[in-house]
Amino acid sequence: MTDGSTFAGFQATLLRVLVPVALALIVGGLILLVLGKDPVGYYGYVLERSLLRWGGAQETLTRMAPLLLIAAGLIVAFRAGIWNLGGDGQFLLAAVASAALAPVFIGILPRGLTLVACMLVGSLVGALWSVIPAVLKARYGVNEIITTLMMSFLGTSLANVLIKLVLRDPDTTVPQTRSLPVDDRLPRLFGTTIHGGLVLAVLTVIVVHLMMTRTAFGLKLQVLGANRAAAVHAGFRVERLILAAFALSAALIGLAGAVEVLGVWGTVRADWNPALGLLVVPLVFLARFNGFAVIGFTLFFSALMVGGESAARRVGVPQHYVLVLVALLLLFLGIVEYLDQSRRKSGTP
Amino acid sequence: MSIVAALSKVTKRYPGTVALDAVSLEFRAGEVHVLLGENGAGKSTLVSLLAGMQQPDEGAILVGGQTVRIDSPRRSMDLGIGAVFQRVLLVPSLTVIENLMLGGSWLRRLAREPALRRFGELAQLLGTHIDPDAPVSGLSLGEQQQVEIMRALWRDEKLLLLDEPTSMLTSHGVADLGRSMRRLRDQGVALILITHKLLEAFEFGDRISVLRLGCVAGEIAPQRLQAMSEAQRTETIIRMMFGIGVGGEGGPADGHEAELAILLGHKIHGPAIIDRARPPVLSVREASTAADYTETPLHEVSFDLWPGEVLGIAGVDGNGQKHLAEMLAGQRGVRSGLLRLGDADITHGHVPERRQRGVRYVTDDRLGEGTVGKFPVATNLVLKEVGASPWWRHGFTNWDLIHRHAREQIKSNDIRTPSELTPVNHLSGGNVQKVLLARELDAHAAVAILNKPTYGLDLHNQRLALDRIGAAAARGVALIVISTDLDELIEISDRIGVMFQGRLAGIVDNDDRAADIIRRLMTGAATV
Ligand SMILES: Nc1ncnc2c1ncn2[C@@H]1O[C@H](COP(=O)(O)OP(=O)(O)OP(=O)(O)O)[C@@H](O)[C@H]1O
Ligand SMILES: [Mg+2]
Repeated sequence: MTDGSTFAGFQATLLRVLVPVALALIVGGLILLVLGKDPVGYYGYVLERSLLRWGGAQETLTRMAPLLLIAAGLIVAFRAGIWNLGGDGQFLLAAVASAALAPVFIGILPRGLTLVACMLVGSLVGALWSVIPAVLKARYGVNEIITTLMMSFLGTSLANVLIKLVLRDPDTTVPQTRSLPVDDRLPRLFGTTIHGGLVLAVLTVIVVHLMMTRTAFGLKLQVLGANRAAAVHAGFRVERLILAAFALSAALIGLAGAVEVLGVWGTVRADWNPALGLLVVPLVFLARFNGFAVIGFTLFFSALMVGGESAARRVGVPQHYVLVLVALLLLFLGIVEYLDQSRRKSGTP
Repeated sequence: MSIVAALSKVTKRYPGTVALDAVSLEFRAGEVHVLLGENGAGKSTLVSLLAGMQQPDEGAILVGGQTVRIDSPRRSMDLGIGAVFQRVLLVPSLTVIENLMLGGSWLRRLAREPALRRFGELAQLLGTHIDPDAPVSGLSLGEQQQVEIMRALWRDEKLLLLDEPTSMLTSHGVADLGRSMRRLRDQGVALILITHKLLEAFEFGDRISVLRLGCVAGEIAPQRLQAMSEAQRTETIIRMMFGIGVGGEGGPADGHEAELAILLGHKIHGPAIIDRARPPVLSVREASTAADYTETPLHEVSFDLWPGEVLGIAGVDGNGQKHLAEMLAGQRGVRSGLLRLGDADITHGHVPERRQRGVRYVTDDRLGEGTVGKFPVATNLVLKEVGASPWWRHGFTNWDLIHRHAREQIKSNDIRTPSELTPVNHLSGGNVQKVLLARELDAHAAVAILNKPTYGLDLHNQRLALDRIGAAAARGVALIVISTDLDELIEISDRIGVMFQGRLAGIVDNDDRAADIIRRLMTGAATV
């Protein structure tokens, strides 16, 4: 709500986050031990590969860009009480649309304009893919969890079909869209491999956070999320708010898809689906819909992913073990939260 | 008489407040024990301790002579304690009988037949006629409360907690409730009744305790209570409730005598002068609303309202009052008919447009729609102005200004809260209402609709609220006050309209004969 956390409040919040992180790492380590792996080795390897080595660190930061943009989209929706779980479909369709258009645009437009146009198209496609669940929810009160998941399923399939049947690059054997040349992609930052999408993503998260906490629109969304009857009573245009929140959320997720294509891949292959939409959901909850906290958790998660992938090859711990750690983290955050509340309830200081 | 439950030196603190301060009380079988006290005195907190919603910080709770730890609502039920809270806690999407069956052990199959039988017994005991298969969302607030009472009595509880159960009931419903309370008492149940209406306390209570600022300010045992006259009881209790010393003892007590007089119900404002030769500020012509399944719709309601006038709306709850209020506020569409505010046709204006023109609405569903419970008091004070200047500029929030405004409002309206950042659902019921009144009876109000403005308020705050209504009228605000309390309407209104089955059965001038006519209009026995 208000942003005025005092220093003591900030400290307490930090503690509420750090304790669960530590517990998750410890329990995760114990599980590794039981599986006969060396936890210290594993964590050390993950840390080294993802943050301490320059190459790994660049990879970690690059991976953050789409995660952050998706998180921004989810913050908008979740704060408004809208469960947009259709991120994967919105992401992929936007990715495909911008991948298809970028090579065409680059022939007629300057590079900067091409990139901006493709990002706009990506956002638009994402937003469009949320229209049906949005209208169903606003008008008829249809539960958006089901409709967005269904649209997501449709969207990922449609993306595949489009690549295989319509947008396929005839020059490649694997079905994929025509590639955008590396030099025409999003600019790299200061000679690193990190692309400018990261800056855009960080800024977007911060802007979204400020929008939610410091503007009338953000407050209206929060009221809607907290008590729809009060939103009606206060005279907000609830239907329009739902449509707007949905569109904005999906547009940001679409932007994530566009940025990932324009910054990293330059093309979309058939059957490519990083499925980030649902991966980001727990991060947004961990951060309690707070934009700044989201940046921290995304960094943590991104590092785990990058390090976990290398570790999968070297230490023999499957890559998905990272998800176990995230799940443990979520669990411990919940437990710490619960203990904290019941301690407050029973009044012991 | 045996003591069913007792509190021994119980203290309960919240951030910034001591809600209960070393309270010791005993609750006896076969006795209705009334708890009185001003808003925020700690009554609901006491109930929530016994109901297992909160744990005491210090002191002990004894049930049947044993010290117990009531750490969950289930434990409380197992100890034979049933509770009806100030706020309705039913699952709206489930039916009445499903809600009632929820209390059972979840290991057992939900058995409908015995549940229906129990429902029948309780319906008879309470004298209600509710369809067990109706969804709760379709019931009026009054009916929902009846279901709550049934749920609290479901397992033959030995101690029944009733936190302001009468506030939403009609006088008929109150009488019914009183009868069932007596029957329960005669079966040896101990009852704790919280109310702000002294007459109810006298009528139903065997013993009266008064809480003040978290302490027991006094207790009147049955023999003493019976020996006193009504005037004596009233004065004694009001003095305990508000900490007013007995006159003549010197000290600051003397200064409070004037306040005591106000509390005892003396009019402050004379009748406002209403010039009916001037055009009315609000005209409603044959306005109807579309039917929905929750409330009676309006049918061709027409009336005029002049500046400075208080139009009371009487009637049994559920006869279209809610639709009337919502239609006037712009929250519910007009199906046919016409609404004029001054020179403007506002028939199709929505809430923001009407609010901008000075229409205000104090809902009776304070936490359901009137406020966002987990948001701070400050935010709730500007909830209906979101986006408007001066709090917002080009859509950007000026939190400093909003917080400053809130601090001023908290002070000038005597809202008891640790700070403007406290979530509004941490406030006591009466203080939530003060937040709403502060928001709606502001300086720019032209027409204000108030639905049950005093329910849940203590005597002092009732007087203050009525006083604010009178003051607003004196400023030239036109007010529509909806209430089920006829005495209150007669006290403040210039004219009184009566709702019956969605129609305005008539509007009568508030004179000596008004009460009789209104009572007949309310039952549909007469028209004007
Ligand atoms: N959950 C809570 N958190 C913080 N403070 C609380 C909470 N619940 C109650 N309080 C505070 O404790 C005090 C006692 O509140 P309580 O609800 O018991 O009053 P009450 O006597 O029931 O008043 P009313 O007649 O208005 O219902 C109040 O000052 C209130 O603000
Ligand atoms: Mg209370």
